[in-house]
Amino acid sequence: MGKSLFEKVWEAHAVRELPNGQTQLLIGTHLIHEVTSPQAFGMLRERGLPVRFPDRTFATVDHIVPTNELQEPYSDPLAQAMIEELRKNCAENEVRFFDTTTGMQGIVHIVGPEQGITQPGTTIACGDSHTSTHGAFGAIAFGIGTSQVRDVLATQTMALNKLKVRRINVDGQLSPGVYAKDVILHIIRTLGVNGGTGFAYEYAGEVFDNFTMEERMTVCNMSIEGGARVGYVNPDETTFEYLKGRPYAPKGADWDAAVERWKSFASDPDCEYDDVVNIRAGDIAPTVTWGINPGQAIFIDQPIPEVAQGHTASERASIAEALEHMKFEGGTPIKGTKVDVAFLGSCTNGRLSDLKEVARYLEGRKVASGIKAICVPGSQAVARIAEELGLDKVFREAGFEWRGAGCSMCLAMNPDKLVGDQLCASSSNRNFKGRQGSVTGRTILMSPLMVAAAAVTGEVSDAREVFGILEPVGA
Amino acid sequence: MALEKIVQVSGRGVPVPGDDIDTDRIIPARFMKCVTFDGLGDYVFYDVRKNEDGTERRHPLNDERYAGATILISGNNFGCGSSREHAPQAISKAGFKAVVAQGFAEIFFGNSTQLGMPCVSVGSDELDTLREAVEADPQLEITIDLEKKEVHFGDRSVPCEIREGARQVLVNGKWDPIQDLLDAAPRVDAVAASLPYMSGR
Repeated sequence: MGKSLFEKVWEAHAVRELPNGQTQLLIGTHLIHEVTSPQAFGMLRERGLPVRFPDRTFATVDHIVPTNELQEPYSDPLAQAMIEELRKNCAENEVRFFDTTTGMQGIVHIVGPEQGITQPGTTIACGDSHTSTHGAFGAIAFGIGTSQVRDVLATQTMALNKLKVRRINVDGQLSPGVYAKDVILHIIRTLGVNGGTGFAYEYAGEVFDNFTMEERMTVCNMSIEGGARVGYVNPDETTFEYLKGRPYAPKGADWDAAVERWKSFASDPDCEYDDVVNIRAGDIAPTVTWGINPGQAIFIDQPIPEVAQGHTASERASIAEALEHMKFEGGTPIKGTKVDVAFLGSCTNGRLSDLKEVARYLEGRKVASGIKAICVPGSQAVARIAEELGLDKVFREAGFEWRGAGCSMCLAMNPDKLVGDQLCASSSNRNFKGRQGSVTGRTILMSPLMVAAAAVTGEVSDAREVFGILEPVGA
Repeated sequence: MALEKIVQVSGRGVPVPGDDIDTDRIIPARFMKCVTFDGLGDYVFYDVRKNEDGTERRHPLNDERYAGATILISGNNFGCGSSREHAPQAISKAGFKAVVAQGFAEIFFGNSTQLGMPCVSVGSDELDTLREAVEADPQLEITIDLEKKEVHFGDRSVPCEIREGARQVLVNGKWDPIQDLLDAAPRVDAVAASLPYMSGR
């Protein structure tokens, strides 16, 4: 019987079985950032331990960096202290730091792939739950806590329980105006926010075969929102094409050998999965959240659920809590809901292709009056290329603020925050209460183009109607 | 450094009801602007405990009847969302020794175990029974028995689940794996040498 990519990568990196039945797993690539690493470096200092593989550790700063204030010292002294702490820890331990002055800084899950650090058949860990993003390359990538950051810094390994593997096939063709973001929101809505607990998700089928790397990253990124700590796509020519020539990708004869090796990690056709789910691409429409977790989602044309639609007492309580926070009435359309803020960015949708797709439709349009619209490129490299292409001008002329790279309003650890009960049309990944920096702030997750549609109309809208994206003839 | 063997955890409980309580709720992101975990206990569930002016809201964690509780009781998928260890650290530093819920998010569960804070799952009906018993008598002593995989309270006892690997590390006082991981350094080098990308190829 064949093996899945997950099993092959796991076996290649297994150091030993620990007495409690867990596996000590080698982590080939460790990505760190300013929020979850300082305590880990502190723990290392207390124990007098060095960083075991500094060459396999890469740092960037993303969560706390202001996106409209590029000079230090930052006006927030806590943010300044955090960047300085990371700088110090990296210098003392000879860890490569993609600092703000390098032109390579950005959100950790955007920097790893664009530098070619993220590679197929590897294990990756980072103190951030969206590390699942890197699975798009056929890597097994874990979001970890700070004590595990310590473990990886000190030993390059972690103690882990093996996950089960669920294959999710999405076959058929996506309709025009339906994006990778809609696919993952639909998967989470279908399988539940905890449906993936204990599983790695293997995404496959025609839709994933045809997806670009950036689309695959958007889906893998939100695996954790469905409870799956790990999500991945088998590596193929699209993967290799993306990686070729990137700074940390193998070169010359090493490249050819690497591609052969990477291919061998792909799941075997005859491997058995712990579970298989089939989804039809044609069933997916532009999707938006209406509640306070990413599973509380509907198609843009559907009504907001009513409390009575909950199957159990706890489901009814969850719907009621969500409606109360969102200030929505069950049974009413979500389309037409007034928004206050449009946020385009994040590790889910802050990549060049996201910005290009939006700019293509935004040209000649204006953000509705009274709407604050910000575009935050995911990395300095994304910003630089976008500026070379003139995308910044398109965004600025439309009325978007064009910002520096960072996590920004996805989690509001920098000055980009909602105020009061503002409603935000957001291309980010979490609509939790208070997530965007205001306790009463409200978030609706959606694809980047849906964010643009909300920005120009001032309300939750169907981007297909706003931008004249037509269904194919005969659909 | 020998770790405590966590076989039983006893104390009074406090119910924080609801499913899908996320780590942003447990510790809002703005409190993560810190380079140590010290003091995080003051901010646990901050935005549901406090109004924006700092006054207290109605919340079980503000309820005098539950003062001194050391076992947190919640719903399903507790700790979903971010991988921030700040969440279990805040719960632990607020004085909690264990969490009982219907289920836990994967990363939160692992982070908590590694801090020596057991997370045990009980069925939905049993959870209701436990919560109601605690609400009726906040002084009720609860004991989580990791050997028998049971939660005792008053004259009742309900089964609980915990992943076997986690249960073993807790009862054997091996919940912090660092020493075991360090001990295998030569084998780590051997596995790393077998992987071309680890040596820059």
